[in-house]
Amino acid sequence: MHLRSLTWPLLIVGLLALIAVPFFPQLVYSVFVMKTLCFVLFACAFNLLLGHTGILSFGHAAFFGSGAYITGQLVKAYGVPTELGILAGGLVAALLGAVIGALAIRRSGIYLAMITLAISQLVFFFFLQAPFTGAEDGLQRIPRGTFLGVIDLNSDTALYYVVLGIVGVGLWVVWRTVHSPFGQVLRAIREHEPRAISLGYPVARYKVMVFALSAGLSGIAGSLKAIIFQLAALYDVHWHTSGDVILMTLLGGMNTVLGPAVGAAIVSTLNHYLDPFGAWVTVITGVVFMACVLTFRQGVVGELGKLLGTRRSAPPQPPATRPYSTGKPHEPTR
Amino acid sequence: MDIFGVPIQALMGQLMLGIVNGSFYAVLSLGLAIIFGVLKIVNFAHGAFFMLGAFTAFLLAQHLGASYWTTLLVAPLAVALFGMLFEWLFLRRLYGLDPIYGLLLTFSLVLVLEGGFRVAFGSSGQPFVTPEALRGTLNLGFMILPLYRGFVIIAALMICLVTWFVIERTALGASLRAATERAELTQAFGINVPRLVTLTYGVGVGLAAFAGVLAAPIFHVNPSMGSSLVIIIFAVVVIGGLGSIMGAIVTGLGLGVVEGFTRVFYSEFSSTIVFLVMVLVLLLRPAGLFGREEG
Repeated sequence: MHLRSLTWPLLIVGLLALIAVPFFPQLVYSVFVMKTLCFVLFACAFNLLLGHTGILSFGHAAFFGSGAYITGQLVKAYGVPTELGILAGGLVAALLGAVIGALAIRRSGIYLAMITLAISQLVFFFFLQAPFTGAEDGLQRIPRGTFLGVIDLNSDTALYYVVLGIVGVGLWVVWRTVHSPFGQVLRAIREHEPRAISLGYPVARYKVMVFALSAGLSGIAGSLKAIIFQLAALYDVHWHTSGDVILMTLLGGMNTVLGPAVGAAIVSTLNHYLDPFGAWVTVITGVVFMACVLTFRQGVVGELGKLLGTRRSAPPQPPATRPYSTGKPHEPTR
Repeated sequence: MDIFGVPIQALMGQLMLGIVNGSFYAVLSLGLAIIFGVLKIVNFAHGAFFMLGAFTAFLLAQHLGASYWTTLLVAPLAVALFGMLFEWLFLRRLYGLDPIYGLLLTFSLVLVLEGGFRVAFGSSGQPFVTPEALRGTLNLGFMILPLYRGFVIIAALMICLVTWFVIERTALGASLRAATERAELTQAFGINVPRLVTLTYGVGVGLAAFAGVLAAPIFHVNPSMGSSLVIIIFAVVVIGGLGSIMGAIVTGLGLGVVEGFTRVFYSEFSSTIVFLVMVLVLLLRPAGLFGREEG
């Protein structure tokens, strides 16, 4: 039994289940599933950097939040059609990603993480202070509008299928990127950056490009969130969100394409169903993550793959212990 | 008398506030820098240990009637012991792996600790009384200094200097620095490196708790008092240069002052200026102000 042979059947079953969601309102709350889908896209986009290029960004909330605020403001104040608003949110986030990426990739490892964290704090400050964001209250009452001028998004069911479609396209983009020649170069950079450079690849340009792509998709995830909840709030740009997406990715398995999706689903479900326990949620989440970090570092999907005895889709040497260069003296990084 | 249109009293007041905050930054980032130097782990739980120190002091005073001076000694020791237990039980398993896992493990410890205290005590602050002997104020001529704040500055500087002295000028410190540079070689010389590592974590965490006890009478003691602080401390350590002891102390104080001045001229930006400085420093001097460029 190989995980790979299970991939397609599992995907199809999962997709059918997702399509069926609005028909069983007594079983699952479709808004909760939509929120989960946003985080699924966010985590998979984030993993383009962490898992597939070996870059740890600790500032991805900046992109998620920018998407949410930009879309919210465009749709609310300027009456931009929803689909264009979402697109604009993604584009602005991608642009921001290119700029932050260009600055951050001058360093590697922990330093890079810290630079992204610092810049994302500056972005946070911008959205706290900018006149249109409503500071602590957030950008409220964003109209959902219509999709392509025909589908009325005020119905949760209609919105659900639109969100499902957009997230699906986003995931397809991620999947295509990872399995493209571009993705192969990214993997080469992760595994051995000096060699990738000596082979003549413009590594810096590749890094900025993947930064922009990852940021753009994260921005779209944020835009969708803003439309679903009709709210863009400071928590979306807060560093807590950057931490959340790292945990989701790690929990699901960062050496896989769909692992982060599973991680996002688990975290989102934990948060949703443990909500009645109030402050205990944080404690329980913390204990779960501790157990993950200590015992199964490959993540749920990664460990499952190991359990089923396949490593075909993964590189022969599991890079889980060193996915990105740490800048240690014995390891040439340059 | 005005400077840039700001009354000198206001300026001095903010400067003092900046130095007090800077003292906390210095003690906290010193602990973080020591831990990073030896363990190569970014201790995300540093703010949580700060909070733990304040809460331990609060509980000691509340339930056992301990005096402030007792808590200032006992609370950091208790928290240090807890930290060493955590290192010995969990953190130890992650050495040699990517540093991200250490970061994530300590991050999850934050969730557990902060969540746990929120369950037990709620989110609102617990008041903590200033010790009797330090309640007055001191008139310095150009400004009035609350005695306790002055004490905080002196106590923080003292503990920083003592730590610096132990690391740079004693045999224990020498083996610690050796373990930082070449752990295996140090072990070959017969020094028990794992024990040294546990001790280091204890010292770093104890420093955080000490800062927490110092902060308790100034801030309200509440479960999230350390969570925003830890990000600033990261920035301080990175600006000073990861692993640089003196760098962490000087940068901590300096940034406190910079923050204080920013509060005078553009108060909304005061919580963000640190990150702007960090971006600039990393771009112009990537190894940090006091750090060495690595290989």
